[in-house]
Amino acid sequence: MAEVAEEKKADADSKRVHTYPLIRHSDMIDEMKNEAMELCVTACEKFAANNESAAKMIKETMDKKFGASWHAVIGEGYGFEITHEVKNLLYMFFGGNMAIILWKCS
Amino acid sequence: ELKVEYTRILTANNPHAPQNIVRYSFKERQYKQIPSVDQLAIHFMIDGNLLHKESEEAKKQFARMGITEIQEEEKREPSERGDEADEGAQEADTKEEGEEGETKGTTRKGRKKEKKLTNQFNFSERAAQTYNNPFRDRGTVTEPPPRATFAANVTQWEIYDAYQEDFEKQEKSKEKKVTSSRKDEGKARKKFVATEPGSDDISRMEASVKIVERMVNQNTYDDIAQDFKYWEDISDDFRDQEGTLLPLWKFTFEKAKKLAVTSLCWNPKYTDLFAVSCGSYDFMKQGSGLIILWTLKNPSYPECYFETDSGVMCLDIHHQHPHWICAGYYDGSVALFSVLDKRDEPVHRSTPKNGKHTDPVWQVRWQKDDADNNKNFYSISSDGRICLWTILKNELIFQDVIRLSLPDMTAEGPDGIKVPTTGCGTTFDFHQHKDYLFLVGTEEGKVHICSKAYTSHFIDTIDAHTMAVYKVCWNKFHPKIFITCSADWTVKIWEMTDKMDKHVAGSNRKPLFSFDLNNSVGDVAWAPYSSTVFAAVTSDGKAFVYDLNVNKYEPLCEQMVAQKKKTKLTHVEFNPSSPTVIVGDDRGSVVDLKLSPNLRKMKAEKKGAPPVDEATKIQREIEKLDRILLMVREQPTEITTN
Repeated sequence: MAEVAEEKKADADSKRVHTYPLIRHSDMIDEMKNEAMELCVTACEKFAANNESAAKMIKETMDKKFGASWHAVIGEGYGFEITHEVKNLLYMFFGGNMAIILWKCS
Repeated sequence: ELKVEYTRILTANNPHAPQNIVRYSFKERQYKQIPSVDQLAIHFMIDGNLLHKESEEAKKQFARMGITEIQEEEKREPSERGDEADEGAQEADTKEEGEEGETKGTTRKGRKKEKKLTNQFNFSERAAQTYNNPFRDRGTVTEPPPRATFAANVTQWEIYDAYQEDFEKQEKSKEKKVTSSRKDEGKARKKFVATEPGSDDISRMEASVKIVERMVNQNTYDDIAQDFKYWEDISDDFRDQEGTLLPLWKFTFEKAKKLAVTSLCWNPKYTDLFAVSCGSYDFMKQGSGLIILWTLKNPSYPECYFETDSGVMCLDIHHQHPHWICAGYYDGSVALFSVLDKRDEPVHRSTPKNGKHTDPVWQVRWQKDDADNNKNFYSISSDGRICLWTILKNELIFQDVIRLSLPDMTAEGPDGIKVPTTGCGTTFDFHQHKDYLFLVGTEEGKVHICSKAYTSHFIDTIDAHTMAVYKVCWNKFHPKIFITCSADWTVKIWEMTDKMDKHVAGSNRKPLFSFDLNNSVGDVAWAPYSSTVFAAVTSDGKAFVYDLNVNKYEPLCEQMVAQKKKTKLTHVEFNPSSPTVIVGDDRGSVVDLKLSPNLRKMKAEKKGAPPVDEATKIQREIEKLDRILLMVREQPTEITTN
């Protein structure tokens, strides 16, 4: 029992540990990628309760910085199929249970 | 009369005008006097070209000049009539200049200026129009930015798995961080920049440059290479007892020009490679030395060479490990070189504390690895010692094997004590089968048969020559025959007998064969392919090849090999695989000569017989020699056994 409890604790700990942003798939150039990643982290932390606001913030900032039409989806469970402009896609995890997909397509 | 006054009345009447003019009037049908006579007298008349502005003609002109005056005239009308007369006068004044516009302009300054009336006689208009490029319409459609689709499923477990994976990766990378990052860098470097660490461009090309160099050499010496392989002296068919030596390549090295070739050795593994040691035989002129490695593939420049401070008198290449070369110096030390090592110095060198000889080392020879698998070699020197050198754990350790003492001659020491003198060894040779047995040649002309087991006691001694023995060599096939050459102009072939009577052995031994070569014989060598063929070189630049099978008394070939006169030939060696010999001279050059067919006769096999193997070949050679010896051997007065 003690062992199981320890394991669970370890698991919880590890889960908690893995809250750093992890890029799952990215098509962007490094500079853009880093900026987008930081932006996503900021947005998610700011609007932790409201995915829509976070997504709105991300999309609008990206539009201003990198132009034309960006799309952002934040959530914990969904499937998607998108068409994106080459070198303008970012798919990352954050916070242990949040997935953000960000792409540009005018 | 002067005071009479006359009255004249000035009237406006023209004095010249007629006072009564009568004209016929048709009405009254009579001449009637015209009441008033015209009093006008015209003094000057000229037709003017002024037109009234509003006259038809003027209007026409204006129209021609393109001035629309209608509007302006309408406005000006009220004021114009009053000014007309003035304007007319002014116009007359300014007629030449044509400044009508100006006068009008001065009255109405606010108006737009009218076009100038140009001087119709002397006015040329100048205008220039630059070339306006024609306009074109162009249209294009840009490609839309490329698009790609992406699809995935977001689920909690997927997120979790991704984090776990990443975590593990991080752990691994932390462990191997240092080495892996270095490796990656190295790989990356290799990918993008194909250079070895810390070397410049030239060394990258080393291998290819070497190949090209050899190719160039092959091309240059192409005919020689062809000869080397294929040329057979056809005239040998006609000359039964004669052969020739065809000179092939000549190997000269700039630095070796002042030195004499002191030893030659073929590499046992790579049959085109041979080592040459260069030093000086002259006692007075001692300088530096060289060990040069040549390859037949490149006769222009040595493969590798080592410079030494003292002349190198001998060298030997290890059989199993052909990169080990042991060498003996004039100053008495021995050294061990490794060709694989890139440095110029010997790997080991004996020092005075370390058993260095006190006189020049004349010969060194590798032995089989001893019981502990240590490499070892023997050296012989004029100080009368034969030493065994062992390489133990990167050190050179020596062991005196034999002291050559001259029992007969003793010298007087300082106090009258008799000091045994040591003989000077000049050459030795080990038996190919019986490891422990070896021959030693000395400067006094004696040949000792020794064994490794006995340190001071010889098995046998032969008074072989009257002068120093330069080479002693066992026959490659026959276990009991050996050959010696000496400064006393002779080459002698001996047989070693088993049961010795020491008494007899000393002075009565006679050689089986003896050849006089007319000059000091520098070196003699048995041929590897036949038990009856040997070659010798002399100080007058000649090379001799004998075949006992063919002619027991005369050489099959006596040929001048050296290029210049007064060049002494110092050494000769047969190539173990191809029918060539290398001959070294005292000018530091080595010549490679091909033996003509007559010189390399081997026993012809019977047609249809199965191919001969090594042992049988050797046996046959031995038999061949034996047959010859039978004829020569003395009838047994001594105890001899076959």
